[in-house]
Amino acid sequence: MPDILESKNLQQLIEVLSADGYRVVAPTVRDNAIIYDEIATVADLPKGWTDKQDGGNYRLEKRKDDAFFGYNVGPHSWKKFLHPPVTRLFRAKLEGNGFQVVPEVEETPDFAFFGVRSCELHAIAIHDRVLIDEQFVDPVYQARREKIFTVAVNCGQAGGTCFCVSMNTGPKASFGYDIVLTEVLDGERHYFTVETGSEKGAEVMSKIPLRKAEAEESETAEKIVAETVLQMGRYLDTTGIRDLLIRNYDHPRWDEVASRCLTCANCTMVCPTCFCSTVEDVTDLKGHAAERWRKWDSCFTLDFSYIHGGNVRSSAKSRYRQWMTHKLSAWIDQFETSGCVGCGRCITWCPTGIDITEEVRAIRETEVSD
Amino acid sequence: MLGRANPMLPMICGIERVKRETHDTFTFELTPPCDYSFAPGQFNMLYVFGVGEVAISVSGDPSKKEALVHTIRAVGSVTKAICKLKGGGSVGVRGAFGSDWQIDKAVGKDVVLVAGGIGLAPLRPVIYHILANRAEFGRVSVLYGTRTTGDLVFRREIEQWRGRFDLDFEVTVDTASADWRGDVGFVTTLIRKASFDPLETVAMLCGPEIMMRFSIAELKKLGLTSEQIFVSMERNMKCAVGFCGHCQFGPAFVCRDGPVFRLDHLEPLFGKHEI
Repeated sequence: MPDILESKNLQQLIEVLSADGYRVVAPTVRDNAIIYDEIATVADLPKGWTDKQDGGNYRLEKRKDDAFFGYNVGPHSWKKFLHPPVTRLFRAKLEGNGFQVVPEVEETPDFAFFGVRSCELHAIAIHDRVLIDEQFVDPVYQARREKIFTVAVNCGQAGGTCFCVSMNTGPKASFGYDIVLTEVLDGERHYFTVETGSEKGAEVMSKIPLRKAEAEESETAEKIVAETVLQMGRYLDTTGIRDLLIRNYDHPRWDEVASRCLTCANCTMVCPTCFCSTVEDVTDLKGHAAERWRKWDSCFTLDFSYIHGGNVRSSAKSRYRQWMTHKLSAWIDQFETSGCVGCGRCITWCPTGIDITEEVRAIRETEVSD
Repeated sequence: MLGRANPMLPMICGIERVKRETHDTFTFELTPPCDYSFAPGQFNMLYVFGVGEVAISVSGDPSKKEALVHTIRAVGSVTKAICKLKGGGSVGVRGAFGSDWQIDKAVGKDVVLVAGGIGLAPLRPVIYHILANRAEFGRVSVLYGTRTTGDLVFRREIEQWRGRFDLDFEVTVDTASADWRGDVGFVTTLIRKASFDPLETVAMLCGPEIMMRFSIAELKKLGLTSEQIFVSMERNMKCAVGFCGHCQFGPAFVCRDGPVFRLDHLEPLFGKHEI
């Protein structure tokens, strides 16, 4: 049986995490969107807000209740903390005829991620696979990743572009958290069921006022998550998807979607699993000191595939195909998992509302068999 | 790969000697980092102070640990900057990265190396290895094509190799000046003239993709299968360790799974447009 945390005591959870030295980052309202940033109190959470999402459409609306987590994922994902958009790799300075490399000594922040959804836990697990578990380890990601404290939240509703059920990544958190909450608004009552996923989580829970849940409270929470399953805004049939996209390399749908794609890279920036980066070299005016920076990059840019003599993927068609085929097909070969967690961000934040689930459906339904 | 915690940090290597190969191509001898070793076909990321990094295959002799050799054609901003460096200067080195030519698979067989332009550089370590272990291989042909006679690299060495009885080294140029007495035509034309047993041959190809495509067609006409053909791929690379995503070719990361691939591992995508 889970524990119960009354909503009026949620603040204490934040305080305990802060007292333990964590920088608490959580959803908060900014510029008419729910984004992730450092918060000080529960007042910074998007209490009473919800979001309406559809292809190319995102609007915040007031809820009729005071839910703290009554919305779905916004344009940010936790990758901005674990795999920062801009990182200095090293500095170098001229010395005599040569130069010296000065490694970065970064004070790695201790983040407590507050309000992580199940699809996002899956996204973090995918980044673990890409940036830690392969032949090489990204020290920037690893140092940050090892220190995080994760407060997950089971989704009490699905958004208009959500399809985690199709991707088998939600809406209930099943791993990768220290604490998981389910928010319950039941008439006058407002509480969270709380479960621990780690020793770290149990230790934090021992410092906040909890009581054992009644069977009825636990059932209500389970029911809320079960209903979320039925509300998915989108559906993606993943049957044989790896081979489907490989064998449809020449499908006319790629031309069709390219006529709508602006190659703006929004989908890759909001995607919680897109990990591509580029590097930039800068020098001071005298040319005595140099720095090398890593920045998020996107396979939608023309330069991404540049080799001398030209760009390998010069058409929008080839770049969209690369992104979608990588995400849903090649990723499986590379990392034994889909690169898509069904969060729907790429659909919502596409300025022309291109919908990855619709593109897969179109290819599947109009496949010309050999 | 060097035993370093951060795979993105270069080691600094001094430039011992620079040799001009052609008007735009130079061979650099670097002092190798401690415990450095490479297998033929592997590459390093070379960093020029304040300018950037570029992936360059090692072109030296794998058995000679005292020098790390790269042959570089000045075509982009980083390679142009490297080619301006002189003996006594230094560059940053990360590596060696990637797959190699798997020469052991060619032991006991005939070997055909097909090189286009600067594509001879990543194959030169194979030539050194074969010549040092000549008895292990059957007939060995090196087929080398460049655009013009002025683009031929390693000229003095090629002249020596052409004087050997245990190596068939053929050279052709696309367009020749009036004083050229050698072959004229694409490198594919040399494949037919080479002598090898198609059933017992390993072919290694390095050059522009279009040149490799036509060479593959020619080799297949003679009876080679994709399992007998190895190709070295080039793609944009920022990290060389599978993080940056730039070098993807279908499911392959060229930096990690390549640059050398057995052809059947790249099919059916190899030769397709805009992969």
